[in-house]
Amino acid sequence: MSSSSATYILEMNNVTKRFPGVIALQNVSLKVKPGTVHALMGENGAGKSTLMKCLFGIYSMDEGQILLNGNEVVFENSKQALENGVSMVHQELNQVRQRSVMDNLWLGRYPKKGIFIDEKKMYDSTLEIFKTLDINIDPRRKVSTLSVSEMQMVEIAKAVSYQSKVIVMDEPTSSLTEKEVEHLFNIIERLKKENISIIYISHKMEEILKISDEVTIMRDGQYITTKSAKELTTDEIIRLMVGRDLSQRFPSKTNKPGDVILKVTNLTAETQPSFSNVSFELRKGEILGIAGLVGSKRTELLESLFGLRSIQSGTIELHGRVIENNSPQEAIKNGFALVTEERRTTGIYPDLSVGFNSIIANLRQYRTKGLFVSDRKASNDTKWVIDAMKVKTPSQKTPIRSLSGGNQQKVVIGRWLLTKPEILLLDEPTRGIDVGAKFEIYQLINELAKEGKGIIMVSSEMPELLGVTDRILVMSNGRAAGIVDTATTSQEEIMRLSALY
Amino acid sequence: MVRDTKNATVMKWFVDNVIYVVLLLLVAGIVVISPDFLSVTNLINILSQSSSRIIIALGVAGILITAGTDLSAGRMVGLAAVVSASLLQATDYAYKMYPNLPELPLFIPILIAMIVTGLLGALNGVIVSKFHVPPFIATLGMMIGVYGITSIYFDRPPYGAQPIGGLNQSFTTFAQRGIPVGQYEIPYLIIYAIVVSIIIWVIWNKTELGKNMYAIGGNPEAAKVSGVNVTKNLIIIYTIAGLLYGFSGTLEAGRVGSATNNTGNMYELDAIAACVVGGVSLSGGIGTVSGVIAGVLIFQIINYGLAFLGVSPYIQFIVKGLIIIVAVAFDMRKHAKKK
Repeated sequence: MSSSSATYILEMNNVTKRFPGVIALQNVSLKVKPGTVHALMGENGAGKSTLMKCLFGIYSMDEGQILLNGNEVVFENSKQALENGVSMVHQELNQVRQRSVMDNLWLGRYPKKGIFIDEKKMYDSTLEIFKTLDINIDPRRKVSTLSVSEMQMVEIAKAVSYQSKVIVMDEPTSSLTEKEVEHLFNIIERLKKENISIIYISHKMEEILKISDEVTIMRDGQYITTKSAKELTTDEIIRLMVGRDLSQRFPSKTNKPGDVILKVTNLTAETQPSFSNVSFELRKGEILGIAGLVGSKRTELLESLFGLRSIQSGTIELHGRVIENNSPQEAIKNGFALVTEERRTTGIYPDLSVGFNSIIANLRQYRTKGLFVSDRKASNDTKWVIDAMKVKTPSQKTPIRSLSGGNQQKVVIGRWLLTKPEILLLDEPTRGIDVGAKFEIYQLINELAKEGKGIIMVSSEMPELLGVTDRILVMSNGRAAGIVDTATTSQEEIMRLSALY
Repeated sequence: MVRDTKNATVMKWFVDNVIYVVLLLLVAGIVVISPDFLSVTNLINILSQSSSRIIIALGVAGILITAGTDLSAGRMVGLAAVVSASLLQATDYAYKMYPNLPELPLFIPILIAMIVTGLLGALNGVIVSKFHVPPFIATLGMMIGVYGITSIYFDRPPYGAQPIGGLNQSFTTFAQRGIPVGQYEIPYLIIYAIVVSIIIWVIWNKTELGKNMYAIGGNPEAAKVSGVNVTKNLIIIYTIAGLLYGFSGTLEAGRVGSATNNTGNMYELDAIAACVVGGVSLSGGIGTVSGVIAGVLIFQIINYGLAFLGVSPYIQFIVKGLIIIVAVAFDMRKHAKKK
């Protein structure tokens, strides 16, 4: 074995990729040691995914070289990469949901007896791989019945079944509960023992510092540095990623909470298990955070306030008057707006323009005489959304799909502001958005509160809640475990409350 | 509490098997009104009328499972019927399309008809998978075009547009007779349908092609990154459908005893309706052979049973329309979750 193959399992050297008018990657290098977790970090647009697309042959490099175990390789597609031991666990899991776990695992290379498929061998081999990874899923279960975390495990098992040497994980924990994250980390430890390397792409600093051995940081298509995770701190990583000292991750708070506008008393969801007996108040110009573990029914609570889910008992009072938000239409009429958690599935119309995405919740306002929509009014409002939210877009006609996550989110928030809401419900407003854009969203939330809107914000990121909100309602297993003042609380207190029930 | 879960299980079973329940209820309803309906003769009639439709529906179903559709099925059946009939006219028949054609062994015309529709099916597959024309449009074009081809073949000198009849003995026996069992005769048609169903069942469930078919319909992207050759698999599935239409077309010609350019008209819609009622998902990835067969039988029982009761054929249409909508509405409940 040559010395180079002993040092690095995968080397990407001086990769350059140009698109018409832009240099997407300039002399980027990534060197992964065998049996290690190598975090790849950078803001959205830093070039992480472009680099991975070069690795998997989705883009061809203009310059540079990829060495796998010391030998130069050029993959033409992800299938080829897979067969050579380089695989990817996608952020959006690519599975055939209508089919069984083992059908998915062996898709494209079913074991056969003659012309027929050898079901028994498929079943046994699946169990064998699951056993080595400590995964407990029946290979015959339909994928559609699996949780996100289980689907991810199946993807990892698939990578292992291809004898992968390098597995790329793109935001693997974005929809996992803490317990599931722990299981994932256990699996990663097992993979390391098998001498498999992980390229770990994530925005979550705490996680990266916990799981990774080395960290490579990119910024604006350029390679910044590779360091051992032990030498790094969250602040240091952020500084390297954004190239400026972001000791201020949150804007200073300037909003002043006023009188109570919304009073929720003993709210209980109709379909249980869900939340029950939740009470809280929201003031004018206040930002109320909702903390809790995944599964503590925070989203359900927001959706019920917005009329998407039915309520069994309890009251919602707006300015002292009891209201019933039985449907989103009613909620909107009462001055509520909801920015949903799953931006891609329930937030945006990906193929339609920024303009369409801006005005769609407010169409009634653009009616001229009769039934027609006034293009001029709609266009003015779109312009307002783009300007006020500082949306970076080439034009109103650009499909929203081609904007970054942060800019998409700004359009969605802008869309709801057009309806002149009094109460803005935000569900994980910064999920999947890079650090710089997060700051802008925080600023926006603060500004809105300053203008007197009441804001309820669900978030799984503790620092975010502590940095942005005035008070925090902590949910635990469907119940309100307590309401704390952000200025005087601590992460420890919130964690304790989250685990109360 | 125990009772609740038991009820829930019963309810779930009911929702999951709604088509079979509908099938039973239909039969039960007809039998209550007219007990005579329960007879071996009626059963044999219904099954033999369903046979060629099951074969068509299985072809269409495979395509539906890939998240495609095939509007050209009926017209292909017509083309195969006309081609096979023209090659199987009795030598002493006065209006032969090919007066000098000797009596061919049965399998040659059937094979020719199947090759013709098989090739057209493959063409559908190429248009859909290589040129990325949406299946609805591709097969709509094929449907219209094939009707033209069939009509040109059918309506020409010396005899012009008249039904191609006078089929020879071996052909009519092949499609109209059966195996005697006691006082009854089990039509060959039923046997053909059973054999085709078994072959298709094996392909769908036991071969790589079948699993790929479900994968392509369920998530084409996943199939592609797993190394499935989507183009090739799609072409094969459309080709198999074409072959099935060809076979079914010859059976139709033999069963009726003649063929015209309108044979098979609208069969594709019947087939799609039967598939959908039988639980095949139009969005792809879901469908079973037994479901498709049940779907076809439901429609055939409506046709036959209501006619047996003397119900106006116009009312039969209304019932059929309702069944399609109600069955699918129930089916959607499987997927819809109450919030």
